Amino acid sequence: MSKALLYDATLCIGCKQCEQACAEKNQLPYNETVAGEERQSDHKFTVVLTKGDKFMRRMCMNCQDPACASVCPVGAMRKTAAGPVIYEESRCMGCRYCMVACPFGVPKYEWSKALPRVQKCTMCSDRVAAGKPTACAEACPTGATKFGERAELIKEAEQRLRDNPGKYVNHIYGLTEVGGTSVLMLSSVPFEEFGLPAELTRDPLPLLTYRVLSRIPDFVPLGGIMLGGVWWITHRREEVAAAEAKEKAEKEARKARKK
Amino acid sequence: MKFRLTFWKMVLLGLLAGAAYATVVRFALGLGHSTNLNDQFPWGLWIGFDVLCGVMLAAGGFTLTAAVHIFNLQRLRPIVRPTVLTAFLGYVLVCVALMFDLGRPYRIWHPLVMRNPHSVMFEVAWCVMLYTSVLALEFSPIVLERFRLERLLKIIRKVLIPLVVLGVILSTLHQSSLGTLYLIMPNKLHPLWYSPLLPLFFFLSAIAVGLAMTIFESSMSAKHFGRQLELPILQELGRVLLVVLCVYGILRIEDLLHRGVLQQLFRGAYAHYETLLFLLELVLALAAPLALLAFRRVRNSPGGLYLAAVLVVLGFITNRLNVSITGM
Repeated sequence: MSKALLYDATLCIGCKQCEQACAEKNQLPYNETVAGEERQSDHKFTVVLTKGDKFMRRMCMNCQDPACASVCPVGAMRKTAAGPVIYEESRCMGCRYCMVACPFGVPKYEWSKALPRVQKCTMCSDRVAAGKPTACAEACPTGATKFGERAELIKEAEQRLRDNPGKYVNHIYGLTEVGGTSVLMLSSVPFEEFGLPAELTRDPLPLLTYRVLSRIPDFVPLGGIMLGGVWWITHRREEVAAAEAKEKAEKEARKARKK
Repeated sequence: MKFRLTFWKMVLLGLLAGAAYATVVRFALGLGHSTNLNDQFPWGLWIGFDVLCGVMLAAGGFTLTAAVHIFNLQRLRPIVRPTVLTAFLGYVLVCVALMFDLGRPYRIWHPLVMRNPHSVMFEVAWCVMLYTSVLALEFSPIVLERFRLERLLKIIRKVLIPLVVLGVILSTLHQSSLGTLYLIMPNKLHPLWYSPLLPLFFFLSAIAVGLAMTIFESSMSAKHFGRQLELPILQELGRVLLVVLCVYGILRIEDLLHRGVLQQLFRGAYAHYETLLFLLELVLALAAPLALLAFRRVRNSPGGLYLAAVLVVLGFITNRLNVSITGM
């Protein structure tokens, strides 16, 4: 069974304790300046966005079938059975395809380092493996970020939508987006207003490229046979033409001798 | 030999000095200080121009070797060697540029041992690596002849046809895969350029540009190295270029209509610069060269061929930059 997070924006009070807990867990600096930064970066894996009295948490969605893991040529990004999408720095060669491919624009790069890494929330994979909740869920004072089994959190989110008609946008963000994510979100304002992409497909994105890639094993031998065939035909033609010319010449030579 | 400093040598030395400075900044301070890349724009000119355009511009190698060795178009034989050489140089340059663009260039060999067959980038890495080796082997007879290494020459001649077949397959795969790279971002790439047919478009346009570059390079070397212009050969290439452009054009327009993009474009639904660059691409890559090549008089004249080739090259450079930069 895989773990997930349920973030309910209507319970969030914007205290940013999740931001601080995340920074401590990942040994990143956290102070007033960082707290004021309203976007994810190589030193800020989660951010609480504020619009009036509404809030929205942004972080890695830890997709069920992540584009970043699918596109990585060296398999540095990987979806674990427990839920988190992890990053193995020692494999990464820095092509940054993961950053381009992520539909949520989550992976960030250490642009000012000579030997840079990709940085992103990895859903506290070590804590989750040890049976503990993520640092952000543990720090949340209101229960806005809740850690648990994905299937159970989905049931709970559905229950909240049923029990409070009109309170929420009638949508669990992350339930079906790009095949589902391990971060589920509820909100009273449309998710797009906080920069979350609307109209994502229900199909996992990796299908789009794999549909093409999976044909290669057939294409190579077929292409080889076809090109070999063309070569054989074009050169055979030449041989035949040469043989015919020779025959003709011999015939004419014989004719000439008879005369 | 005495070194004489001419104007163009000065310009080239200036470029070298600039590149040396950029190299130091890149490796000492990181990508952020040396490029304008950021988290919102992780791929810039090194990917857009050096990789996407560079690989496309070197497509003459596989197009010409296939035409001569597989399709047995012997008339084209005299230009195979220069084309293979420029293709080889092109791929070497792509690899060098990658050493600058990769965050950890000393791990460039990782795809050899760490495999992810679901990744288009993994496939491109393998194809480019193998094809660069194939090009080196296809070019090797020139070096071997110079040093009279008869035994090695014999071996190369024996395996030449399988080598050419392998080169064509590898090229087909990675030329199209550079388009496949973008299939996974339907929400990011602009609808003017995102299409499920991207792999096919990239492949077809690579053939067109391969032919156009061969015409361009032959014309240039005729002019500057005093070589005789092989006009009948270039005319033949021009005819094939016309056909390839027609096929590409029909598919491209059909795809744009089918996805309702042209209708949106005429309704003015897209930003000004996107519309402009898109139209520029269509005029340079399709409308203008098709109009030129359609007339036999133009198609058969050295000047007309040269102009059409330059337009096609510029047009598809615009296309690749639109996909990788304008549309993202």
